[in-house]
Formats: sequence, structure tokens, C-alpha cells
Amino acid sequence: MSADVQLEDVWIRFGDFVAAKDVNIHIQDGEFFSFLGPSGCGKTTLLRAVSGFLAPSQGKVLIGGKDMAGIGPNKRPTALIFQNLALFPLMTVWENIAFSLEVKGMGKADRRKRADELLDLIALPNQGDKMVNELSGGQKQRVAIARALAAEPDVLLLDEPLSALDLKLRQHMRTELRAIQERVGITFIYITHDQGEALTMSDNVAVMSQGIIEQVAGGNQIYDSPETAFVASFVGENNHFIGKVSECDGETVSVETPSGVLRARSVDRNGQKQLQRGDDALVFIRPESLGFSDQRPFDNVLQGIVERQEFEGNFWQVFLKVDGSDRVVTLSMVNDGRSVGHDVGSRVKVGCNADLAVALPLGPMAAE
Amino acid sequence: MSSDRIRRFFVLFFVLGFFLYLFGPLLIMGLTAFNSSAFPRVSPWECFTVEWFDVLANDGRLLEGLKNSFLIGFGVVLFAVPLGLAGALMLTQVQERVRPWYYTIVISPILVPGVVLGISTLLFWDRIGVMFGASRDSIFYDGFFLTIIGQSTFIAAYTMLVFISRLQRFDPAQEEAALDLGATHVQAFRKILLPFLKPAIASAAVLAFLASFENYNTTVFTSISTSTLTTVLASKVRYGIDPSISALAVAIVVLTVFGAAIHEVVKRREEAAAKQAGMVAAGLIKEKKAQKQWFLEPAIIGILLVFIAGLGTAFFAGTIGVEECKVAVKEQKQIETAKRIEALKQKTQARKEAEAAKVELQKTERANRTGTENFNSIFSGGNLAPKSDTNETEGNDSPRTGTENFNSIFDSTNLQPEESVKPDDEAEPEARTGTENFNGIFSSGNLAPATTE
Repeated sequence: MSADVQLEDVWIRFGDFVAAKDVNIHIQDGEFFSFLGPSGCGKTTLLRAVSGFLAPSQGKVLIGGKDMAGIGPNKRPTALIFQNLALFPLMTVWENIAFSLEVKGMGKADRRKRADELLDLIALPNQGDKMVNELSGGQKQRVAIARALAAEPDVLLLDEPLSALDLKLRQHMRTELRAIQERVGITFIYITHDQGEALTMSDNVAVMSQGIIEQVAGGNQIYDSPETAFVASFVGENNHFIGKVSECDGETVSVETPSGVLRARSVDRNGQKQLQRGDDALVFIRPESLGFSDQRPFDNVLQGIVERQEFEGNFWQVFLKVDGSDRVVTLSMVNDGRSVGHDVGSRVKVGCNADLAVALPLGPMAAE
Repeated sequence: MSSDRIRRFFVLFFVLGFFLYLFGPLLIMGLTAFNSSAFPRVSPWECFTVEWFDVLANDGRLLEGLKNSFLIGFGVVLFAVPLGLAGALMLTQVQERVRPWYYTIVISPILVPGVVLGISTLLFWDRIGVMFGASRDSIFYDGFFLTIIGQSTFIAAYTMLVFISRLQRFDPAQEEAALDLGATHVQAFRKILLPFLKPAIASAAVLAFLASFENYNTTVFTSISTSTLTTVLASKVRYGIDPSISALAVAIVVLTVFGAAIHEVVKRREEAAAKQAGMVAAGLIKEKKAQKQWFLEPAIIGILLVFIAGLGTAFFAGTIGVEECKVAVKEQKQIETAKRIEALKQKTQARKEAEAAKVELQKTERANRTGTENFNSIFSGGNLAPKSDTNETEGNDSPRTGTENFNSIFDSTNLQPEESVKPDDEAEPEARTGTENFNGIFSSGNLAPATTE
């Protein structure tokens, strides 16, 4: 069984503090859905509203089309994987996994059988009799997933479950989580502040900031066509230039900035054009979209001085002091085995084409 | 000496002094339990004996008190531990703003003097009893009931402190996880929180029992006619003690020390197991070493052996040869007493001889007297004449002042023993022994016919 989750006009307030503002989201049945946002943006609060630990101040939570108002966490078809996993330290691994079956009153032999099946699913066969503290971080992670799956939830909720793991394990667990989700076929709602996790695993991502849903879309769309300045600055690296719209030409707008006129793609929000002539605007250009213009011609050209260069293995990061801007602009170049070819302090021209630059209305950006 | 050595010397000095201060009294009391002297003392040392343990085992009143103390202790555990647990859980549930107030209120019984708690408990339940028209042998006047209730008022606060410190380490996500997995609140409490609190329940129970066991100032009011160990001990101290109380102290100290030692070993086992689990998790070792049953642990066996050996040694050393030793001590004492009596006799003899000589002298004098002379001149004509110094002289021109009118009966020297009151034997008070203190009224010569004719 699997179910869709709807949040309708959900507001959550703690006194004067508003943790979620008018949230409207429809998470499809069987989807891997992520909430992405900086810490304190309200994403965990939303998750707790779905799992039933928190009642929204206003609005409705529907799971499988059923209003969940007044239904406690132990009666909802959801299972939550906690940030710290919250495995029961006084129980063995298999007892942990079979806990939901035990409270339902299933006999011990059946419980053990089901726990062993789940241990096979998470690739930890014959580890059922260990105590939880005898497992490594990644193993605990998988036990927590098995414990949640044992309850046969329609929706699995994951609250930053990988944040405690080291980088290698985290990357490995991403693939594994996605594989488990495809195998069991239920809805996964995943909370994270790590965009890498959100983008690699999810069918859809909701980017949140200060209780507001900024954008809901697939990972590549979030990255390539951010709808707000926050999304553009929070997801991935981005250079931005402040200016005024001087010309609108269908999808493309021209923005006058201190560094020169930049032509960029205007992104619609909810089917609405966002920029008019004369509006304050931000032009975002990703480091990897920039190139040295002595190699090819560009729609937008920026002039500046190379301030420093960093070698990051698979690419070079070049930091430029661009004319007309105090900000350091970064440019990424794929490492093709040769050096960048520009010395520190030399004057260079860089640029990008209009379709790789994004123009958005002026708005709050993510803290750096 | 380098400053480091001086420092070390002072540290050592301090540590020794501190331990002496802590354990010195216990040590002395422990020793007195094995001295055959009838009063608990270390010197003079008489005989090494365990007879006081026998006396202890046969002291009906003390044993009755001990039994009651145990019963009350268990009652307090059963009552105060759940009460403290409820109080601690409540603390986690009340609003942040109310919490300091709540905490202050529930902790306040610790600050109230035990005497006050005892009296108030007694009065309160007496009123309740009167309200229900209960008779004097109803529960409202029952020493067990009142003592358990009275002691629990503050012991529950102790146990609450134990639970609070344990609950602070509880991850609320555990309970949420249980609820999320479909457990009811009762199931979450029973299967998650309660097992987590188990060690705290054990220590709270021990704490509650000990606090109840040693309590006196509340118990003395609430126990009414029920005697507890502390009230029996207190009355014993008032009416004279013997070393069986020391024996009881030794028994309690020994049990405590061995209990603590076993607890330590068990704790280390658990730590070792946790460390191994960590190594398994880190992949350093494949499997945990299987642990022996806790009672097969060498340290435990060692402790038990020491315990049994100590018991055996004390028993044999304290029973074998004790009688001979006692007889020897008794003989020694008798010899000393005999010597003293001898000295006394000699002294009395010397005095008697001196008196006899005196009497002889008087006799010879009297024999020479005639008429009324024999009556020491009590019939002398001048006896009834007013004595000049007792009569007031009219011609006294200087008027008297202050107490002079009272013939100096307020004179400060009046109440001092006069020389003439003393019998004329010259013995110094500090040198007296035995019946000598009684100015020789028990002297064998007293009842002999007077030597006067």
C-alpha cells in the first residue's frame, strides 16, 4: 500500500513565530519527495505535522485522501526515521525491527521471521541478535529503515537521516535509499539541508525558506530554472549581479548592471511573468556557465582580474574581481590536464550566453 | 625538599587526615565489638570475642526493631519510588514556565526538618482519624502506616531527584519513535521508558530504603508504639549500652562494603561489554567475547571468599580460647582486687591501732578524774551562763551594717565543710578505695561495742 500526501493551506505557529506559512503541496503516491532548506526553515516542523506529533494551527493534512486531524502518530499510516535514528538501545537488532509488530500483538516466532526478512532486505543478514550499539553508523541507519518498514507504512518520513554519517557512507546510503524506495514502492518524504541528497534521490524537491515553500519541482528544474532569488542562491553555487530591467524580449530580458548589460532568461512563477521593464532584478550565472571569451564569443561579457585559482581535482575554481562589482565572481573549468592558462593578476574577459543566465526579481537570498 | 615533595607530603597528610576523620570512629566502634569488656571500649583490651554478636542475636527488643525497620523500609520503597517517579515524569510534562515553581514545591519536603514532618504527619492523620470516628487501633494510629507515610514525604523527593537526573538523559525521540511505530502511550511507557529507568529505579529503591532505615527524627514521632532500630538504639544509649550495638554496626558496615564491592565489579563488567560493543561496531573485532555469568566472575568469587574467610576467622578467633582468656582476665582482676583489699585492710588496721592507742590514753586520763570530771564537765556551773560573745553588747556604738545582724550566717565560708565535721581519720579522699569513701561507716569495727565504759 502506498498513499499520496496533501498539505492544504497549512499554517503552523508557535506563539508569534510562524514555522510554516500557507503551505500547499501535493505529494504523489509512490514519489520520492524532498524538502530542502537551511536549518530552521520549518521543514522538520512540516514533517512532524505529517507524522502527527504536531497539529497544524490552520489547514489540513490529508494522507491517502483522508483528513488526519485528531489522529495520533500511532494511528497514522506513516513511519518516521528520526534524525538521530532513535533506535532502542536496550533491545537487540531484531527486537528493534520487530517493535511495531510486537505492539500489534504478533507472536514471537512470526516477529522473528519478519525481522529476518527485513534484515535480508537491508543486507544485514544474521545480525539480528546483536545489540544496537554493536553496529556501525551505516548499519544502524539501515536498521532504522527496516524498523520503519516493518510497520508497513503507506508513507515513510525521513528526517535528515544521513546527516550523522561520514561523506563516503552518505553517498553510498543515498543510492541505497533510492533502491529501497524503488523496491518497496511507497511514498518517501525526505527532509534535508544537503542539496546533493535532495537532487540525487528525489523525484521532486520543495525548497523552503522561513516557512515558505519557494519552489516545488524536479531536481534539474530547480537547479536550471530557479523561480526565486532564494532558490537560485541556495541550490548550487551562483554568481549574482544586481541591476534594472532595461528591455523585455519574450523569454529573454536585458538587465543593466554596474558590470555592463547582461542578457538573461526570465523564469516564470506559477505561469506568471515575473519581470517588467524597470523592475529591480538579479542576474544569476553559475560558475560552470562562465567561460573565457578569448576562446569563443558570448552574449554577455565581463571583464576582470584573476584574483586566485584553486585546484579541486576534477575542475579548477577561478576567482575573478569583475569591473563594476565588489563581489568575487567564481568560474569553474573542467580540469583537462592542462593549467588554466591565466596567471593571477592578469586581466581577462569571461562570459556566458543568455540562455545560461537567469534573471529574477530582487528578493532575499540564502545566507552564505 | 623540593616543592613537589612538599606538595605531595601535604596531599598525603590531608588524605590521611580526611580518611582518619571519616573512618576513625567507625574503626574504633568496630574494634569495640570484639572486646569482651562489658562496656564498648578499646582499652583496656581484654579478650578477642564474638560473643557480642551472640548477645545481639538474642536481643529481642533490638531484633524486633530491626525487623520493623526492614518492614517500614520496604513499605517506603513501595510507596516513595512510584511517587518520586510520578513527580519526575510530571516535571518533564509541565510547561517550561511553571517548571521552576513545580520543582521548588516538590523538593521542599527535603528542606523541612524531619521533626516537623513527623509531628505534622501524626497530627494530620489523627484529625483524619477523628473525622472518620476511627478507633485507636485503626490504621490512622498505626505506627507502620504513619511512619511509611511520614518518611515518604521527604524520601519521595530524594527518589525524584534520582529519576530527574536519569530522565535528563532520556532521548524523547525514543518515545516518539515508539508511538510512531504504533505503540500506545502505555506500551511506550512500559517497553521504552521503564526499561530505560530500570537502573534509576534500583538506585532510588536502595536510597529510599537506606534513608528510611536510618531515619530517627521523623520516625520517633510517627512510630507511636512501634519500635524501629533507631528508636531502640536511642533508648539503649539513654539507659546504657553494651558492645552488641558495635556488633550491629560491624554487621552493617561489612554488608555495605561487600555490597559496594560486588556492585563495582558488576559495573565494570558492563563497561567492558559496552567497550567491546564499540569495537565490534568499529569493525576492530568480529564478535563480542561471551561473558561469564556474573557470579562466576573471578572478582566476585574473590570477594565472596574474603567475606567467608573473614567470617570464619572472626568466628574461630572469637570463640576458641575466649573462655580461657576471660578466666585469665578474671583471675588477673581478682588478684588486683585482692591486692587492693589487702592494702585497704592494712590501712584500716593501722587506723584502728592508732584509735585504740588514743582511747587507751583517754582511759588512763579518766581513771584519774573524780566527780563530774568524767562527764567532760557538762555539769559545770558555768555552762548555762550567757556567753559574752553570743550576747549583744549594749554599749556597742558602731551600728551594724548588711548581714552583720544575722550573726554572719551568710558568711561565704559557712557552707564549706568544717574540719570538725570530718571524722578524725586522716585518710586523703583520692587515696581511698572500695568502701573507704563512706568515711568508714562500713568499717568492721563500727558495730563493735564502744570502748567507753
